[in-house]
Amino acid sequence: MTEKVGTRPQVDKAQYGLAAVLLVVGVWTIIDASTLEVGFGDPIGPRVFPYLVGAGMCVIAVLLAVATARGDVPQGEEGEDVDLTSRADWPTVLKLVGILVLNLLLVNLIGWAITGALLFAGAAWALGSKSLVGDLIVGAVLSVASWYFFWFLGVPLPAGILDGIL
Amino acid sequence: METLDLLAGGFADAFTPQLLLYAAIGVLLGTFVGVLPGIGPAMAVALLLPITYGLDVTEAMVIFAGIYYGGMYGGSTTSILLNTPGESASVMTAIEGNKMAKRGRAAQALATAAIGSFIAGTIGTLLVAFFTPALAAQAVKVGAPSFFAIMLLSLVLVTSVLGQSKIRGFAGLFMGLTIGLIGMDQSTAQARLTFGTLELADGVGIVIVAVGVFALGEAFWTAAHLRRNPVEVIPVGQPFMGRDDWRRSAGPWLRGTALGFPFGAVPAGGAETPTFLSYVTERKLAKRRGADDEFGQGAIEGVAGPEAANNASAAGMFVPLLALGLPVTATATILLAALTSYGIVPGPTLMDEQPDLVWTLLASLLIGNALLLVINLPLAPLWARLLRIPRPQLYAGILFFATLGAYSVAQDPFDLGLLLFFGGVGFAIRRFGIPVLPLILGVILGPLMEVKLREALDLSSGDVSGLFSESLAIVVYILIAVALVVPVALGQIRTPDDEKTEVAS
Repeated sequence: MTEKVGTRPQVDKAQYGLAAVLLVVGVWTIIDASTLEVGFGDPIGPRVFPYLVGAGMCVIAVLLAVATARGDVPQGEEGEDVDLTSRADWPTVLKLVGILVLNLLLVNLIGWAITGALLFAGAAWALGSKSLVGDLIVGAVLSVASWYFFWFLGVPLPAGILDGIL
Repeated sequence: METLDLLAGGFADAFTPQLLLYAAIGVLLGTFVGVLPGIGPAMAVALLLPITYGLDVTEAMVIFAGIYYGGMYGGSTTSILLNTPGESASVMTAIEGNKMAKRGRAAQALATAAIGSFIAGTIGTLLVAFFTPALAAQAVKVGAPSFFAIMLLSLVLVTSVLGQSKIRGFAGLFMGLTIGLIGMDQSTAQARLTFGTLELADGVGIVIVAVGVFALGEAFWTAAHLRRNPVEVIPVGQPFMGRDDWRRSAGPWLRGTALGFPFGAVPAGGAETPTFLSYVTERKLAKRRGADDEFGQGAIEGVAGPEAANNASAAGMFVPLLALGLPVTATATILLAALTSYGIVPGPTLMDEQPDLVWTLLASLLIGNALLLVINLPLAPLWARLLRIPRPQLYAGILFFATLGAYSVAQDPFDLGLLLFFGGVGFAIRRFGIPVLPLILGVILGPLMEVKLREALDLSSGDVSGLFSESLAIVVYILIAVALVVPVALGQIRTPDDEKTEVAS
C-alpha cells in the first residue's frame, strides 16, 4: 500500500502501475488501429486519429513514469465526506463492488424491484449501517417506486419473477 | 431589439402551466440532489437524466435548466453549512461562507449566495441571449480546419488550466479520447477497440461514462476514505439580510458576474478560475477600504462575489454550447448528449433549425432562476436538514440511482458491467489526482474532432497543409501555442502561496 500515513513515501509505486496501464492502452490502441482497412480514395481513413491518440497516450505514460521516479506524488481528491488521513478501506470497496456485480447478474432474472432493494440495503450495510431491516424497507420502497415510475414513463423495466404482481 | 422579441416569444412558449411545473420540479430536484454532499451539478444532471425519458425535447431541457441552476445553488448551501468544500466551484464560497456560518451568520451567507446567484444567473442568461445568435451567425462560416483547431484549443485550455499537474490533465484527456474511439468508425463502419463485442459497436454512451466516473467513482472513493466522525452541520433559520449586508453584497455580485461570464463562455475549466479571481479581488478591495475588513473571519463579500461568479460562468457555458455545439464543462457535455439523443445536432445551425427550442430554453433558464429564489429561500432550513442524512444510506442511494440510470437506458446488464468499469476508472483518477473534466470532454469531443480532422484533410487529399488552409485556424493554433507556453512561464514566477490556493480544488 502506498497510502499517505505518517511519513509520506518518496515514491508512489502505484503510480508506476498507472503508467504501465496507460502504456498498454496506448500500444493496444495503435495495434488495434493498424488492423483497420483504409478504403480506396480515402486519404485519411479510420487509422490516423487512433494512431494520434495511442501515440499521445504512450508519451503521457512515459512522462508519468519519469515524474513518478523523480518523486512526484499525487494529491488524492478531497470531498465533504472524505478523510484522506485514513488508510484506504479496501474491504468496504470490495463489498460494494460485490453487491453491484450481484445486481448485474440477477437483475434480468429476478427483476429490478427486488435487486434494487437488495442493492440499496447491501450497500448501506457495507458502508456501516446497522439498521438492516429499515434499509431493506427503504430499498424496497425505492425500487418498487422506481419500477412504477419507469412504467409510467413508458419505458417498463423487466419485472422478473414479480411478473404479474407488479 | 430582435433578441428581445425572440426572448419574449420564448417566454410566451415557456409560460404554460405544464412547463412552469417542469421548471419547478427541475429546480426542486436539482437543489435536493445538489445539497447532498458528494454530488455536484454535473452528477445531478447525469443522475437525473432518466426522469426525462418519454418527455419531448423542450420539456426535458426545461427540467435540465432547473436541475442545473438548482444543483449549483444546492452546492453552495452545502459548502456554507459544512466545514469542508465539495466541488471545485464552491471552494471559494466555503472559505468565508463557513466562517460566517460559524459566527451565527449562516442566514445572511445563504441569502447573499441565493440572491447573488439569482442576479448573476439572470444577467448571465440575458448575455447568452444577446451573444449566442451573433456568434452562431459567424460560426456558420467556419470551416472544418478552423473547427478542428477550436476544439483542440478548448481541450488544451481545459487540460492545462485545471489541476496541479499538466501530465495528469493530459492523462485524463487521453483516457477520454481513447474511450471516445470505442465503437464503429463513422465513415467505414469498422469496429475499433470493441474486443469483438457487438455491445460496444455503438460506442460507450456518455451517460454511462459520466455516471460511472462521477457517481460510482465518488461512492467508491468516499467508501475507501469515509470520515468516521461525521462533519459538523451548522443549523440555520430563515435566510435574510440586513441593510448593511445588502450594501456590502451589491458590488461583489456585479463584479463576480463580470468575472464569471467570460470565463464560463471560454473553455477555461468552468467556475474554478473566476471564483478564485473574484475572491482575491474582493479581498484586495476590502483591504483597501481598511477598517471593516472581515476577511478571514467570515466576510459577506467573500461569499457574494464567488457565488455570483460561479453562476455567471454557469450561464456563460451556454454560449459555446448553443452557438458552436461545443461543451466546455462536464454539465454541458451531458446536456449535449441529451440533445443528441433527441436527434438534434447542436452546432452553428441550431439557432436557425431549432429557434423555438433555444429561446424556450433561455426563457426557462430565467424562469428557473427566479423560481430558485422564490422556492429556496423559504426552504433553506429544510435543505440544511438533508446534510444530516446518514452517510451509509446517502451513498447507498447514490449507487442505487446510478445503477438505475445506467440500467434503464437499455435494460441490458452489459451496461451495468460498463458502469462498474467506469466506476473503477473514477476511483483511480481520484486516487491519482487526475482531473475529471478533460476525461469527460475527451469522450465527447474526440469523435467530433475526428470528423472535422478527416473533413479538413480530405479536402487537401491527405496533405497536412489542409489543417492550415483557413486564416482563423492559424490564429487559433497560435493561441494554442501561447496557452501552452504562458502558464509555464508564469509558473516560473509564481509564489508558493498562490500554488497552495489553486491546489485546493
